[in-house]
Amino acid sequence: MQKIISFPHIGNYYVPIEIFLKLIFPEHIILPSPKITKRTLELGSKYSPDFVCVPFKYNLGNYIEALENGATVLIQVCGGCRYGYYAEIQEKILKDLGYQFEFIKIGWGKFNPIKIYQLFRKTGASASFPTFIRYALLTIKMIEVLDSFESYIRENIGFEKKKNSLETLHQQFLSDLRTVRGFRQLSRLQSEYKSKLKTIKIEKPSDCLKIGIVGELYSLMEPFSSFFIEKELSKQQIQVRRFITVTFLLNKLKLDKKILKSAGSYLKYAIGADGTDSVEKSQLLAKQGYDGIIHMKPFGCTPEVNAMPILQKISNDYKIPILYFSFDSQTSETGVKTRLEAFYDMLLMRKEHEKCKQLI
Amino acid sequence: MVIGLPKAMLYYRYQILWETFFHELGFETVTSGDTNQKVLEDGVRYSIDESCLPSKIFMGHVHSLIGKCDYILIPRVVNYGYCKEVCVKFNALYDIVNNTFENVNILDYNLSVTQGEKEQKGFIKMGMILGKSPLRSLHAYKKAKKAQALHDTLKVKEQERILESEKLKLLIVSHPYITYDRFIGFPITEYIQRLGAIPIYADLINKKESLKRSEEISDSLYWLYNKELIGAIQLLEDKIDGIILLTAFPCGPDSLVNELILRKSKKLPTINIIVDELQGEAGLQTRIESFLDIIQQRLDQKEKIQKRIV
Ligand code: SF4
Repeated sequence: MQKIISFPHIGNYYVPIEIFLKLIFPEHIILPSPKITKRTLELGSKYSPDFVCVPFKYNLGNYIEALENGATVLIQVCGGCRYGYYAEIQEKILKDLGYQFEFIKIGWGKFNPIKIYQLFRKTGASASFPTFIRYALLTIKMIEVLDSFESYIRENIGFEKKKNSLETLHQQFLSDLRTVRGFRQLSRLQSEYKSKLKTIKIEKPSDCLKIGIVGELYSLMEPFSSFFIEKELSKQQIQVRRFITVTFLLNKLKLDKKILKSAGSYLKYAIGADGTDSVEKSQLLAKQGYDGIIHMKPFGCTPEVNAMPILQKISNDYKIPILYFSFDSQTSETGVKTRLEAFYDMLLMRKEHEKCKQLI
Repeated sequence: MVIGLPKAMLYYRYQILWETFFHELGFETVTSGDTNQKVLEDGVRYSIDESCLPSKIFMGHVHSLIGKCDYILIPRVVNYGYCKEVCVKFNALYDIVNNTFENVNILDYNLSVTQGEKEQKGFIKMGMILGKSPLRSLHAYKKAKKAQALHDTLKVKEQERILESEKLKLLIVSHPYITYDRFIGFPITEYIQRLGAIPIYADLINKKESLKRSEEISDSLYWLYNKELIGAIQLLEDKIDGIILLTAFPCGPDSLVNELILRKSKKLPTINIIVDELQGEAGLQTRIESFLDIIQQRLDQKEKIQKRIV
């Protein structure tokens, strides 16, 4: 029987994930959950435990909307902190709601390709193991291309000469990326868009305001969940830097010790999930002369709460302002925007002040 | 030399182990005493707002020990082996304290078995930092380990006796640093007793057995402390009359695990109590009272039915 396979959203990663699933399940239908809207979050919150972190609620909302659209197979990737334990409860909640579906839980912590392959085999993937690996590598490569494209956009979109040209190119890129089925096609697309990016005129003053973003990965990678903060900033001609992407996380598997070492003056131990990164990257941003840092996380996220006293210390030691956001399903958009505005206004004034001082 | 033990968090699991170890090596220990209003207030002041209540209380205890001892013991715990993780709060307490207070002298050991950091190794290293030979530290550790085990077994035995009682029994499913904290759990268990019921403690069971039985509720759960607690539900189900899930705001692991318990284990009346630092006692007491009423009614009904059958 033909299955309808679906998965939750995070940023634009649905593009490579969808392609991957299409390749390994050619006989089935792949249907990403509908794009996140307010309704997604409302649905998710309604059926979630009270103070579970908000990514859980988004995911649950994604699943419900996917099931409404007829999905029969849902996928969840487990790993990190509480994330590792989402799947079991989400499955139970959805089944208690009366939905019938198959749930694939992919363990991330012990990254074992053979086990994952077997899981997919069970659900009806027909590809052989080597083919499966090839598709997985293609997907990883696709994610890398996507990440590097988007990080260029993030750092430059505030400074384009002709408004909206990067945004338009971004949309084009995503729709072209969706047609990729092989390595050669991907690398052609990559170089094509590299030169396209170059044709877009950027006028960036060397002393523009620079803000780095650190924190919990879902808040960082799913713009809806952070009220599109990155976009807001770039509208104000601010250069935005963020390290956490899926590419970063994939490489991190090898990097852990190094990260801890470079955060060494503040940390003796890893403090859980992305908390260590937040500390290390904040120190790096401070050293690189960034004007400010924004720390984002879901309300109550323990690893990031762990990082906060240390961030406060970095902020004091390096005299770099840090703005802290905590998101849950009640967070008001106006509240976020007001605090954000006040923050970059303050940074701008500080910068002007510095400049004046130098003149004297 | 004096080693300070914050009376919070893992103290409730390791009190005997720690005290015996340091005493064996010839050191004094001092604890921070029971949680009180001041400890709580200090804890809140030195914590990030969103930290869970027990970790705030922990900070208060650490603060109260500063200046009263040469070292404050703060272990760092990650896991006890594969799929036996602990809440990430325990990964970070050392660094949080170190970055929050200027003048603390921390003594620590690292427990992360999957990375080869076993408890014994940690204790030997600690002994060496304190200027004792590895051999002597090893002896002290072994002795301490035995003492803790003996203490635990006795406690379990004692509770087994209490379980024979005819009175109404409520299982408190909660981390020991919540259950026994003067400020969080204690008023609740005390109130239960005042109402004539008996609190039974989910942490006073054979942990190996409960770990195994926890798999009946969840096979993918990997937080060791939570596993031990839910295993206790399975072990004691037939001997108790109701379950109180007691958790602190905003506890990460419990928010998920308690949801699972509520959805999966439906045999007994269960309530979920979430305590925060602004907790008013009155509201809580009413809830517990009416919960006990519900249980009593249930029991009466059962009795009636049984009588009819007889
Ligand atoms: S398990 Fe819950 S209460 Fe215990 S330290 Fe973690 S978040 Fe705090």
